[in-house]
Amino acid sequence: MIVITDEKIAEINMYAELEYPHECCGALLGRVESERKNVIGIIPISNKREPEAKHNRFLIQPEEFLSCEKTARKQGVDLIGFYHSHPDHPSFPSDYDLEHALPVYSYVIVSVTLGKADEVTSWLLREDRTQFDKEFVQILNCSHF
Amino acid sequence: MTTSNPQLVTIQLPTALRTFTDGLSEIKVEAATVDESLVKLTELYIDLKRHLFDDDGKLRSFVNVFLNDENIRTVDGFVTPVKSGDTIMLIPAIAGGV
Repeated sequence: MIVITDEKIAEINMYAELEYPHECCGALLGRVESERKNVIGIIPISNKREPEAKHNRFLIQPEEFLSCEKTARKQGVDLIGFYHSHPDHPSFPSDYDLEHALPVYSYVIVSVTLGKADEVTSWLLREDRTQFDKEFVQILNCSHF
Repeated sequence: MTTSNPQLVTIQLPTALRTFTDGLSEIKVEAATVDESLVKLTELYIDLKRHLFDDDGKLRSFVNVFLNDENIRTVDGFVTPVKSGDTIMLIPAIAGGV
């Protein structure tokens, strides 16, 4: 299960809509407690794919990955996953996502339809790399705090 | 594989791959080249292999290998020799899409 506030979801949706019709991407920082991942921070990252591919691909370079790990360490949290958008496409992982994923990390996908963010899902790669399993997303309402 | 001139190198792993090394973030191996270091690593931790290499035995495109902070693609690739005290970092690029 991944736990995230509605504010953080709104932030991801905002980036997804700003980048539309391109894919947005970023890192998720947080803490892992048993089977529960709590998202504490979001790091938006510039999609480094070439302009003609950004509508259906995203890339986070290794140097940026390292930077996210360092930021997480400084904040005393972990790099727990990544998010990206699927412009005009459902929020299901593609074969391309499967080919490029790593286990353990949560892969949050937001679908954007005609410029408007809608469904948010999260996925975990099986250790045998055969498929993703859907991860339950618990959205906390910030007004309750 | 025979190690012609074994050197003790340290391989550092990202969090996601430590699941397959009993939680260890650093592994020491004796090897003569970067390629041999990675082979030794996956011999020690077999489950790592599928995440580093594809079915044809090629390093997955999103896995980047840095030798002492330098990407080996800009040096001599996998045949780059290593020396004792060197650090190899495995750093993924994160990619995906529709």
